[in-house]
Amino acid sequence: MNVGDTICAIATPPGEGGIGIIRLSGEKAIDIASAVFVGSGGRTVCDYKTHTLHHGELRAPDTSARIDEVLVAVMKAPRSYTCEDVVEFHCHGGPLVLRLGLEVLIRSGARLAEPGEFTKRAFLNGRLDLAQAEAVIDLIQARSQTGLRVALEQLRGALSDELGRIREGLTRLLVEIEAGIDFSDEGITFISPQALAAGIEKVAERVERLIRTAEDGRILREGVTAALVGRPNVGKSSLLNALARADRAIVTPIPGTTRDVLEEFVNVRGIPVRLQDTAGLRETQDIVELEGVRRTHDALARAELVLVVLDGSMPLDPEDRRTLELLQEKSAVLVVNKADLLPRVEPADFKGFAGPRRTVWTSATTGAGLDELRDAIRDTVLTQGLEPSEGVLITHLRHRSALERAKTSLDQARVSVRRHMAAECIAADLRVAINAIGEIIGETTTDDILDRIFKEFCIGK
Amino acid sequence: MIIRAHDDRFDVIVVGGGHAGCEAALAAARMGARTALLTMEEDKIAQMSCNPAIGGIAKGHLVKEIDALGGEMGRNTDKTGIQFRMLNTRNGPAVRSLRAQCDKKQYRLAMQATLRAQPGFTICRGTVDRIETVGGRVSGVVTGAGARLAAEAVILTTGTFLKGLIHVGLNHFPAGRAGEDAAEHLSDCMRDFGFAVGRLKTGTPPRLDRDTIDFSLLAPQPGDDPPTPFSFRTERIPMPQVCCHLTYTNAETHRIIQDNLDRSPMFTGVIEGTGPRYCPSIEDKVVRFADKSRHQIFIEPEGLDTNEFYPNGISTSLPVDVQAAFLKTIPGLESARMLRPGYAVEYDYFPPRQLHPTMETKLVEGLFHAGQINGTSGYEEAAAQGLMAGINAVLKIRGEAPCVLDRSDAYIGVLIDDLITKDAREPYRMFTSRAEYRLLLRQDNADLRLTDTGHRLGLIPEGLYRRFCEKRDAISRERERFRKTRPRLTPEFLARAEALGLESLGAAITLEGLLRRPELDYEAVIGLAAVNGHPDADVREQVEIQAKYEGYIHRQSHDVDNFKRLESRRIPPDFDYTSVKGFSREVLEKLQSVRPHSLGQASRIEGVTPAAISLLQVALERSRRSAA
Repeated sequence: MNVGDTICAIATPPGEGGIGIIRLSGEKAIDIASAVFVGSGGRTVCDYKTHTLHHGELRAPDTSARIDEVLVAVMKAPRSYTCEDVVEFHCHGGPLVLRLGLEVLIRSGARLAEPGEFTKRAFLNGRLDLAQAEAVIDLIQARSQTGLRVALEQLRGALSDELGRIREGLTRLLVEIEAGIDFSDEGITFISPQALAAGIEKVAERVERLIRTAEDGRILREGVTAALVGRPNVGKSSLLNALARADRAIVTPIPGTTRDVLEEFVNVRGIPVRLQDTAGLRETQDIVELEGVRRTHDALARAELVLVVLDGSMPLDPEDRRTLELLQEKSAVLVVNKADLLPRVEPADFKGFAGPRRTVWTSATTGAGLDELRDAIRDTVLTQGLEPSEGVLITHLRHRSALERAKTSLDQARVSVRRHMAAECIAADLRVAINAIGEIIGETTTDDILDRIFKEFCIGK
Repeated sequence: MIIRAHDDRFDVIVVGGGHAGCEAALAAARMGARTALLTMEEDKIAQMSCNPAIGGIAKGHLVKEIDALGGEMGRNTDKTGIQFRMLNTRNGPAVRSLRAQCDKKQYRLAMQATLRAQPGFTICRGTVDRIETVGGRVSGVVTGAGARLAAEAVILTTGTFLKGLIHVGLNHFPAGRAGEDAAEHLSDCMRDFGFAVGRLKTGTPPRLDRDTIDFSLLAPQPGDDPPTPFSFRTERIPMPQVCCHLTYTNAETHRIIQDNLDRSPMFTGVIEGTGPRYCPSIEDKVVRFADKSRHQIFIEPEGLDTNEFYPNGISTSLPVDVQAAFLKTIPGLESARMLRPGYAVEYDYFPPRQLHPTMETKLVEGLFHAGQINGTSGYEEAAAQGLMAGINAVLKIRGEAPCVLDRSDAYIGVLIDDLITKDAREPYRMFTSRAEYRLLLRQDNADLRLTDTGHRLGLIPEGLYRRFCEKRDAISRERERFRKTRPRLTPEFLARAEALGLESLGAAITLEGLLRRPELDYEAVIGLAAVNGHPDADVREQVEIQAKYEGYIHRQSHDVDNFKRLESRRIPPDFDYTSVKGFSREVLEKLQSVRPHSLGQASRIEGVTPAAISLLQVALERSRRSAA
């Protein structure tokens, strides 16, 4: 447990909202915020006066990738909620953006706040008066109990087993190393550098695999936004309806009927998919349609998955080609609809676009190919290709951040083994890793390690 | 005992003349307190009652720290050591540890001579039956002979003597050590004060006659040549150095032990106390690790001019005839004569949660406990506690701030914090793995960590302190030189680098950069860059370690900063934990039983969750503001 470091959390209620706020508080709040924010005037947070609001972009400091367009509020100590330096990022609502924002702050040196920690700091730093102490205690208690319940629920089953295996792997290594250090004069053979390296490698792989599931875990919990795009009248709305099994979109054979962005939540193989039907990318002069096209572009920018729909009964036209061109960079599934009619396109026509992407032939009218489409959507959004029911998934940012710390230490340990660093250095890295895992599934103390040593080795002269 | 009239009032009385007692008494006297040491037998002061070695892994660190603070154990070991070995040399500098075999008799005599030469110090013979108090504060002791001695502070270092019960086979009799009386009354008096009492057990092997051991059958175990001393002040090891030997038990030994388990007090349930798992009896090892075909035995001399040899590894409480029978099966010991049988001893201890971090008891002001009475084992653990108890007893009398080392300062800090925070389930022994900041708490830098403290307390003489400061300056100057100096990349330099297999040396590389390369040590860097090395080996060593482990040292130092923040949040001793709504019953019980002195200590209590610490933090602030 640390006090006085810089903490962050999402300050607005969970779920979709117009605005979501990420709050950052502590000694390094200004530094961390400066590393991830670029103001419109090219300035950043450390240049701003206290109690001012600025427009700019939240960016990942390593890749400079834009996460969101945000307003940043700067409140310097002591005139802030916690009486520490506080920076708030007002982001567009939606769990994904907020989560990405939080991850960037954690990678830049902040720690995810404990339940009720902002309020606790506000009280400890004199911001709240004595009468509120009781309320602060209630808040911490309630939040940590909810947190505990959620954590326990998440830790049932396969995930907890997998974390247990990681902890056991680390414990085994520590038992070997510590026995070789503390009892080297008692006839204990020290673990060979090869066995040590192999052991670290094995645990690190498990940790990495689990981190990779974090994205899938998020997708399974929060879902993805997918956009249907294609020329008018290729059957996008019919597909949407077929997947949703409900008549929501207006379906007519007249091109351009879908003028707005319609959306439907559909459950695809256990993944909540927010499926948006778009007006298509038609070249048009019609003002109403132009607005629809603009919205299509926006929807495409936000979508994590695009379903590009082609009409299999007509040859590709320039608009199809432009759409395919435009979506080169996106995660996408190519849907060739109207498979029930006489085919007028061939796979060769869109080979350049499809590449590794899945192509599915469907008929919204007969329902043919829809199951295959559902599989294709799942396989495309889930990187690990897991069945959601397998359950070995990291869905909590707190868990992920602990695993990332474990991984960093294991990487350090790998380097140190290669550099022939002393055993106690490797042990220090493994300790950091086991403590990080311990934050999720419970602490492994020195006494636990010693207990194992005494059980497994004949110690004592 | 004869007490002269002007001698019956003391500042500090130390009860017990073991390793804790000696350090406590010397520290108190050296800090200027009028000090008395009460012992049953003056001749047994500083007796090494078990094995003839000082130091060892992690224990060696404690000895170095005691030395850096101005304690005596390191110097006394250097004076009387007859074999020195640096252990763990295959591992890194943080876990290297020194161990020395001592001439037991010389050890005792040398320590006694130091005590006698100490001004302001009196040795009294006798036992203590009662501690006297006035208004909850210590006022003195009453001896077994009925004499009253007044004191401002009393330090109990009674070892295994409190209701000591020795077991040999199924026979048992009260004794503190073989041939010495137990102290029967003192622990009753302590119970009356309300102290919780526990029972522990430890054991010792039989002693063998040198003339009856066939050394030709044993593998020799020589010491280091030249030997490294413990003390930062020792220039040279005076005693002649000797060899230890190694032999092993075998199937026949194990069979005899197995056949006689029904006569073992351990296996028949006669012994109630808990023994240490790291120091099991041979019968324990044979039963628990039945698949091991042999166990090693180090044959260690107890001194230069004694015939007593200590077979390290076969501590036992089996009956004498069984001990004799299994000894005969061991190579080299076939005709060995037992001078004294092995035995187990059970004794009372006071669970150390009843102590402040100063070693003062929470129940009786001015009363301090140090050593085995706190449930520890080992000479070094005892000495470390004795030293801190002696220091804090004097500071208390003077009304000055206590001296508490924390877990990032020293192994001594780890030791004391563990004692007062954790549930001891067996006699406590130090291991390097107990120190979470192990990479910082090295034996090589014990002086850099603690000499300032020792000097401030008045335990380090001025001349010695000046020498230390010079060394410290020399280290920082040499580090600076290594950081700043860039070797000239002459063709000769590059040729030497190539010969060493070094690639991609940038033009900007410094001596320190070179030193960080895994394949180079200090000497290699000096040779490669063709510059002069520092004449002092200690300086060279520090520069090398600090550079090579800088990344790790830096990370652990960062952890220490976080640790210190929680450590500095004090909890008032009378804080009412029941006033905090929201603690689980378990957390409340733990907090009330330990009564931690800081949030940091509270967070280390088993079962106390981070959420509980948050609640405690808010509640502390609430009570602070209410009081203001």
